[in-house]
Amino acid sequence: MDDVKTPSSEERKSALSGLGTSRKRVEDARFTQGKGNYVDDIKLKGMLFGDFVRSPLAHARVKNIDTSAALALPGVHAVLTADDLRPLGLHWMPTLAGDKQMVLADGKVLFQGQEVAFVVGDDRYAVADGVSMVKVEYDELPVVTDPFKAELKDAPILREDIADQKEGAHGARRHPNHIFTWEAGEKEETNKVIDEAEVVADEMVYYHRTHPCPLETCGCVASMDKVNGKLTVWGTFQAPHAVRTVASLISNIPEHNIRIISPDIGGGFGNKVGVYPGYICSIVASIVTGVPIKWVEDRMDNLMATAFARDYWMRGKISATKDGKITGLWCHTTADHGAFDACADPTKFPAGFMNICTGSYDIPVAYLAVDGVYTNKAPGGVAYRCSFRVTEASYFIERMIEVLALKLGIDSAELRSKNFIKKEQFPYTSALGWEYDSGDYHRAWDKALEAVNYRQLREDQKKQLQLFKDGKSRKLMGIGLSHFTEIVGAGPVKNCDILGLGMFDACEIRIHPTGSAIARLGTISQGQGHATTFAQILASEIGIPASDITLEEGDTDTAPYGLGTYGSRSTPVAGAATAMAGRKIRAKAQMIAAYLLEVHDDDVEWDVDRFSVKGAPEKFKTMKEIAFASYNQAIPGVEPGLEAVSYYDPPNMTYPNGAYVVVMEIDVDTGVSDIKKVYALDDCGTRINPMIIEGQVHGGLTEALAISMGQEIAYDEQGNVMTGTLMDFFIPTAWETPTYETDYTVTPSPHHPIGAKGVGESPNVGGVSAFSNAVHDAFKPFGLTQAHMPHDHWRVWKIAKDLGLHN
Amino acid sequence: MEKINVSMKVNGKEENLTVEPRTLLVHALREHLEYTGAHIGCSSSHCGACTIDMNGKSVKSCTVFTPQAEGADILTVEGIGSPDKLHALQEMFKEHHGLQCGYCTPGMIMRSYRFLQENPDPTEDEVRFGISGNLCRCTGYQNIVKSIMAAASKIRDEEKVNKKEIA
Repeated sequence: MDDVKTPSSEERKSALSGLGTSRKRVEDARFTQGKGNYVDDIKLKGMLFGDFVRSPLAHARVKNIDTSAALALPGVHAVLTADDLRPLGLHWMPTLAGDKQMVLADGKVLFQGQEVAFVVGDDRYAVADGVSMVKVEYDELPVVTDPFKAELKDAPILREDIADQKEGAHGARRHPNHIFTWEAGEKEETNKVIDEAEVVADEMVYYHRTHPCPLETCGCVASMDKVNGKLTVWGTFQAPHAVRTVASLISNIPEHNIRIISPDIGGGFGNKVGVYPGYICSIVASIVTGVPIKWVEDRMDNLMATAFARDYWMRGKISATKDGKITGLWCHTTADHGAFDACADPTKFPAGFMNICTGSYDIPVAYLAVDGVYTNKAPGGVAYRCSFRVTEASYFIERMIEVLALKLGIDSAELRSKNFIKKEQFPYTSALGWEYDSGDYHRAWDKALEAVNYRQLREDQKKQLQLFKDGKSRKLMGIGLSHFTEIVGAGPVKNCDILGLGMFDACEIRIHPTGSAIARLGTISQGQGHATTFAQILASEIGIPASDITLEEGDTDTAPYGLGTYGSRSTPVAGAATAMAGRKIRAKAQMIAAYLLEVHDDDVEWDVDRFSVKGAPEKFKTMKEIAFASYNQAIPGVEPGLEAVSYYDPPNMTYPNGAYVVVMEIDVDTGVSDIKKVYALDDCGTRINPMIIEGQVHGGLTEALAISMGQEIAYDEQGNVMTGTLMDFFIPTAWETPTYETDYTVTPSPHHPIGAKGVGESPNVGGVSAFSNAVHDAFKPFGLTQAHMPHDHWRVWKIAKDLGLHN
Repeated sequence: MEKINVSMKVNGKEENLTVEPRTLLVHALREHLEYTGAHIGCSSSHCGACTIDMNGKSVKSCTVFTPQAEGADILTVEGIGSPDKLHALQEMFKEHHGLQCGYCTPGMIMRSYRFLQENPDPTEDEVRFGISGNLCRCTGYQNIVKSIMAAASKIRDEEKVNKKEIA
């Protein structure tokens, strides 16, 4: 025996960099050295460029498109219009929401920035010349920008293509501009409870139109190889497999002849889930020209035309007893979908998971109805850093709680605490039908209030208010609270699909003879660090160091089928698939180890990175030894090699939750708010990589800050986009962004193999309410009940003015 | 459009290009010279993803015409370190999780590279102001600021050692 000390299981565990370690990211080497490979970095032989002629008008008939001057330019190769796409049946395309959308203007345009013609040329400069030379004649039509005017009797009909259809993809339509009515809960019972209640708060809560605006815009390179009949498309796709299937269905190119590749993606935030006209036109142009086509939208295209988020008008009523026990919740939402219903929601949920709007509270009865309408605005309605319509739902209930607290005259922290679902009530079935998996809301809430010293904050606020009233200060202090429950990890195939594709996800693992591994997943990172964290899940499951595991995503020719990355579904679904595939590897490894150790399968046990003989830990086989044996020995009854694949259909959604507090000081005369404190406590179940979780929380909070305090897609009455550049569309800089305090509790998900719930979107969901509630809280003593976001300087100044606070 | 010749030094190497005069510098770097580190996020000087160093100043290369760089000395993220010897900023961005999707990172690092020469011992607030021309959508800047502070400290320490060695 040599006297080298055998490493303890703790030492071996730490060598794996598995679950719970703040492993440094493997992605960073290429990104910090300028060696990322984003779609605009792709350069293929003979590649041409494409770009759109876009509509300057929000609603008009297209009388004529004259492409001759553009085609006469030496660098322009082709100009596609709807007439060119019609023979292929590609002038319209299906949306993910069961509607259809014009790829290129077919007789009319329905929003400013709509795609009218696609110009193909030598380079982006030649294409820009071509775009400027296409002459389009329009006949202007009356414009609808107000969703509440869309269904008036004499409202202009926007979608003439479906004007006579009384049934849409989600049931009856009552007006040509009406898309669907979607209901959940008990209507009559809720009305009764609210009618008879001791206290009712009634409010209109508007979550304005905004935009995910990832730093990299959307784009693709389409390459049709006519020799092999194979189409390859590199693009900014958050769901590459779904794109492949959709591309095959609408183009009639067999699915095995389509390869979709998502290279590095420069942020997604829901903006890159859908299928956009640029992808279709690039594919057609590549087929027409026989060479690869690159299309990358610019920032203005992106903000004007590609996948907005929110625009929900949520009228609510919440009832309670005099002592603050909530008895019922009613909500009617008018959803402005723009010109086409292109929401990226699971098919059966045209309003996403808006029915999570009972939030973190034990509300006995509730009713929700959502009416979607068409307006002359860009299509979208995507989940911008949240699960489907979950920030809308969370913002709605967190505002209703504040308004109710005001009505009851009690502190909203106390009102929340009084109505939280209790720990022992989990799994908890909500009045609108969801089964919450786990939570300990009281623990999180109490921890948060203590961490920020809530009582002291209220005292400080009183003092500041007195100074203001005494004329000694022009500043008010606002304390914004929020508690949120998300619903993520879509989702169980029984009720979650997109265009009929079940929302499972998959992981395939191959262990190499020398004991390192490659794993492939159906998801695709856009900055979340999957290559780092999924390797950590596997390291803990199969005892191979994370640094010895390569992780690949985003190539449909090599990765197993999955529905992609959005709605915080990667960890809950693909993360679960990864753990389950790892367990299959381990099960086979157990048989191999038992054979090598000459004992029965049941007589070996797992120990971090090896199987050892029960009761004789000095007799063991490491995963490295087992891996080699699987390639090297003929083991009776066991196939050679060590590989596994798992397709994971989650039994339920996961329900991350958290408690956030924002403190700000508002200058009444300028409307400028100074953020003094942002505290965010998240419970995302089992924590895979604390460093990455913290980074996700910082980023999500900053997006919440942006949305609540200034970011919007605004239209004038003619349907002109007022916020089409980063000059007008607010993205906070480092200078405006506060420093954040993060905290956590851990309540694992009982149904997830490792207990993880997902975290990427929580800070946006919880953050928007906390920032907005702080603004409302500052003006509460002067009678403010509800003010619409975004709370930019002008709007906050206006609140103060309307309340008579200016001299 | 008639093309013209432009010469410049990029990452220490003399380059001669023949481009249309309207060609933006970011396109010349990315598409003609294949330095794809500088990215395009807005084309309007707001986001800073295209930031490079030109004649000792941070420049947003999406709003510079290539002929304006005639004779210039240009440094991009590809030129400040090598896989064997990373620049302190490259190391510290990884160490402190100063990036997520990586799209803003080359611009952010190049701005920080120049900023730390302008101000080698900055406060956190000075860092925040110094990089306020560069937008990030993922990180909320907190870890970027941390990375830059750590890099500043590392660079100062290295310089102290260098001075001692020279002395």
